[in-house]
Amino acid sequence: MNLIEILSYGFIQRALLAGTLIAVLCSVLGVFLVLRRLSLIGDGLAHVTFGSTAIALALQLYSAASLLVSLPVVLLASLGILKLTEKARLNGDAAIGIVSAVGISIGIMLASVGGGYNVDLLSYLFGNILSISYEEVIIAAGLFCVVMVLLWLFFHDLLAISFNEELARVSGVRTNLISAVLVMLTALSVVLAMKLVGIMLISSLLILPAVSALQLARSFRACIVLAALQGGCSVVAGIFVSFLTNLPTSAMIVMINLLFFCCSCGVRRLITIRNIG
Amino acid sequence: MPVEIVATERLACGYREGYVLEDISFTVNAGDYVGIVGPNGSGKSTLVQALLGLVPISSGSARLFGSRCDNFSQWGRIGYLPQSLHLLNPIFPATVAETVALGLLSLKRFPRRLTRQDRETVETTLDVLGVYDIRSKLIGELSGGQQQRVLLARALVNDPELLILDEPTAALDPETRERFYHMIADVNRSRGVTVLLVTHDTGVIGQHASKMLYLDKRMLFYGGFDDFCHSPEMSSLFGEHSQHLMCHRH
Repeated sequence: MNLIEILSYGFIQRALLAGTLIAVLCSVLGVFLVLRRLSLIGDGLAHVTFGSTAIALALQLYSAASLLVSLPVVLLASLGILKLTEKARLNGDAAIGIVSAVGISIGIMLASVGGGYNVDLLSYLFGNILSISYEEVIIAAGLFCVVMVLLWLFFHDLLAISFNEELARVSGVRTNLISAVLVMLTALSVVLAMKLVGIMLISSLLILPAVSALQLARSFRACIVLAALQGGCSVVAGIFVSFLTNLPTSAMIVMINLLFFCCSCGVRRLITIRNIG
Repeated sequence: MPVEIVATERLACGYREGYVLEDISFTVNAGDYVGIVGPNGSGKSTLVQALLGLVPISSGSARLFGSRCDNFSQWGRIGYLPQSLHLLNPIFPATVAETVALGLLSLKRFPRRLTRQDRETVETTLDVLGVYDIRSKLIGELSGGQQQRVLLARALVNDPELLILDEPTAALDPETRERFYHMIADVNRSRGVTVLLVTHDTGVIGQHASKMLYLDKRMLFYGGFDDFCHSPEMSSLFGEHSQHLMCHRH
């Protein structure tokens, strides 16, 4: 089967379009999260997404309609993590751990009670990008535009708080507001990415492109562009390779990201050796 | 008529364990160069952070440019340089130019976009501080001295009226430290920038500062360095030998 034939399938076109948009979003946000040492927030919010999806399925809201429950719940959870960090004098990782455990517990309880929709719920654990519907592509494109506009508007504020929060405050940046914007944008992206790589693997899409870009980038803007490129390319390559090898797409996307990361580390090492020499 | 830049009245700051600072009252006027000294844990950094609204004030008041510190918003009038070691994430991918440009955000309203003129301002500041040649390097790749110059450029790029420095030379070797202090003194003299400098080094204060504020949870002294050295009160407080050591390090 050649490339043109593969591209002629509607489900492949939808997967490529939605997947690339979501991966670019996650990769760009991942740079800010990694630099703010919030890498695992994606994992925590993904667990909350699992719980909220269980609620949606219990209410018989399937596919794109499940977002009606997931989006508000995960947005609230993201703010909950921030509030726990600020008010309960917890470190970020402890707050993420609490919200994450509560999210997955709700999912497990509802799955146990519901019984009948266990199979649907489990499909969210590992994702199924090839089953993305036309409505989900439209939603992904819409949210991609919203998040990108917000990132453009808050770019320098986000850069400032990632560099140093104390200095950002003394530059007049409203750090609490900007932190809330960052985690809420992450929450939106995590809900969208759930179908792409599944709850178990979302954090890889947030972390791996960012850490690969950090190995090679020679400026902050270059870092953002490199991360976005890797995220997009990994989804395109992951879909094609998984189609040809008949392996799970979500796992393939993660492995391709890992390959990019190893290559970035290798290139950085070579550059260091050349500079020393 | 002196112009008031910083003023505190019976300022106190504290945590659960008790007050870190108590009963601090002083005024800094335009053009002053004030050195804040005191032993470890005496509340020097807390005082600076309270002025900047980074830690809450328990009682009393503090004003910057006539506005209460807890609702101060004229950040473009201030340049701030914290302790460098606490500041830098070594993997942060910003170039020197990108780092310095962040200092201009205090002059911008939402959405904070940088213009071509801003980039020219950044380049001029880099040139003045002698770091133009390394503008494309990553901040994490620089030596401690270079990093501190870049962060000083960041603090000065918005042309502030008040420069606040919190132990800025802790990580520097003596030669770099000396050059750095000369640079600050020059900024104070040639541009008329008011300077608040937290340091352990009383010699620097004797050499460059116009006033000294000695803290040890309370304000023990505020006035000229020579007055401190000739004060019988300070002599009885520290002992003549310690006072002599503090006054003759330079």
